[in-house]
Amino acid sequence: MSDDLPRTTQRINEADVRKVATLARLALTDDELATATAELGAMLEHFADIDALELDGVEPMMQPTPLSNVMRDDIVGETLDRDEVLGQAPLAEDDRFRVPPIIGIEQ
Amino acid sequence: MSAFDIASKVRNGETTAADVVDAHLARIAERDDEINAFNLVLNDAARVRAAEIDEIIAAGDDPGPLAGVPVALKDNLCTRGIPTTCSSKILADWAPPYDATVVTRLSDAGAIAIGKTNLDEFAMGSSTENSAFGTTRNPLDTTRVPGGSSGGSAAAVAAGFAPLSLGSDTGGSIRQPAALCGVVGVKPTYGAVSRLGLIAFGSSLDQIGPFAHDVSDAALALEAISGHDPSDSTSIQQGPLDLTAALDRGVDGLRIGRITDLPTGASPDVEERLEVAFDALRSAGAEIVDVVVPAFGYGLTAYYLIAPAEASSNLARFDGVRFGMRTTAPDTNSMYTATRTDGFGDEVKRRIMLGTYALSAGYYDAYYGRAQKVRRLISNDFKAAYAQVDVLLTPASPSVAFEVGAKASDPLSMYLCDTYTIPSNLTGDPGMSVPFGTGEHGLPVGVQILAPALKDDVMFQAGATLERHMQSERGVAS
Repeated sequence: MSDDLPRTTQRINEADVRKVATLARLALTDDELATATAELGAMLEHFADIDALELDGVEPMMQPTPLSNVMRDDIVGETLDRDEVLGQAPLAEDDRFRVPPIIGIEQ
Repeated sequence: MSAFDIASKVRNGETTAADVVDAHLARIAERDDEINAFNLVLNDAARVRAAEIDEIIAAGDDPGPLAGVPVALKDNLCTRGIPTTCSSKILADWAPPYDATVVTRLSDAGAIAIGKTNLDEFAMGSSTENSAFGTTRNPLDTTRVPGGSSGGSAAAVAAGFAPLSLGSDTGGSIRQPAALCGVVGVKPTYGAVSRLGLIAFGSSLDQIGPFAHDVSDAALALEAISGHDPSDSTSIQQGPLDLTAALDRGVDGLRIGRITDLPTGASPDVEERLEVAFDALRSAGAEIVDVVVPAFGYGLTAYYLIAPAEASSNLARFDGVRFGMRTTAPDTNSMYTATRTDGFGDEVKRRIMLGTYALSAGYYDAYYGRAQKVRRLISNDFKAAYAQVDVLLTPASPSVAFEVGAKASDPLSMYLCDTYTIPSNLTGDPGMSVPFGTGEHGLPVGVQILAPALKDDVMFQAGATLERHMQSERGVAS
């Protein structure tokens, strides 16, 4: 290792994958969890090739072009048609998206 | 017939848009059951649009440079009122409320949308096998893949279903299938083509670009779709690319870079064609210059940490609330999970998890943070190389088209397909694949031309020269 930046040398385990799946709102069966852990482990092992690089002081690159704030006059323009948008939702009611209860249900 | 010829003949009345569309729809009806290039063929809409084009001609007006040209659209490009699925179950029934800017621009140029093409779900893959709507086959050998993720668009052009198509390229998804199907495929400079209405995968990497039979048709298409769009915050502040003018410039005095430390892994037949390409450009007056790009080989790692990280964030919007399918559940949180678990395929889930991991507390600096620094190293190395040369030449794909199923069970081996195409997505520079003869099993080999940002025209100069060489090589052979 040639710089002091953090690296992850420990292998990804099933608990990590389960946590990640929960964060990503994905449910995994036990079989899927085992497969995902093995596949992600193999990938991360391959990706360890960048651990050897000296990266101290290197400016991270977020995207290719220098972006600057874009200003424009506040002019009313065309917007999406509300009925057309709501018409494509799984469930809509009273000009709004309809979802199941958010609070009041025991998890 | 090329797009260029179709547009000229439609414009001068030698043929009609209606006849052009009928001929292409007939070819699709004849062979798409076997190829599966399309998720949706727009039979009626294309005929209606063709009649409109013919009326414009009859009235003595000009429909535009792509008059009457059928174009196939990758099914991650939004088309108003027409299903746009990303080849995912989660969007199977969704019809967008607006058109992508590229769709509007093609239509304004007189082109006719003929269908929506298959892709690896959400553009994640290199073989068009990861689709909720079945595998697309390579028209040149239907036991093999067309490449991916824009495999449907590449196959549509190769099979003669449309003279032009559009794809998207996040890590090689235009150039690799172009190589495997023997057509031209271009990823323009990042920001040169508006991405409004392209369903996002990796926002700092995605670009839309054309497939075509020849370099000149690709130039025509790219000129029509490029240019600033105020609705895309990453769109470059400049007009359409000027490419057609570059096609006849030749390469006399152009410096062509050979990367001496290019990652290994290309098969011998591909290497051999690359050598022929260097010779062809040298004979045409170019100077071949050896350069090094030491960080090139780290592109794969940087990409497969950055792209999934961006995807995990972009795909968070598919939650069963505003669009697409919903799996019902008693409360909103479990509805999100049930919908996403049912709606996404295995590869998409894998990448979402990989990206979520790379961004999660405790791992961010080790993975995503390091990858962004590596991205800078790669960009710096390319800048140094482009200080010495005008364009670089590499293989587009490490091998010719592989068999359906050959890499399906090993995600990492599939990822290696992108080794040579990934760096220009990380740097934002343009790249194109030009068909350059055949390799193993008589299958096409693509040579990749890379150029610095906004030098798309110089890339086309070299591409047109390689194409002229191939025409004379074929002429000698026949």
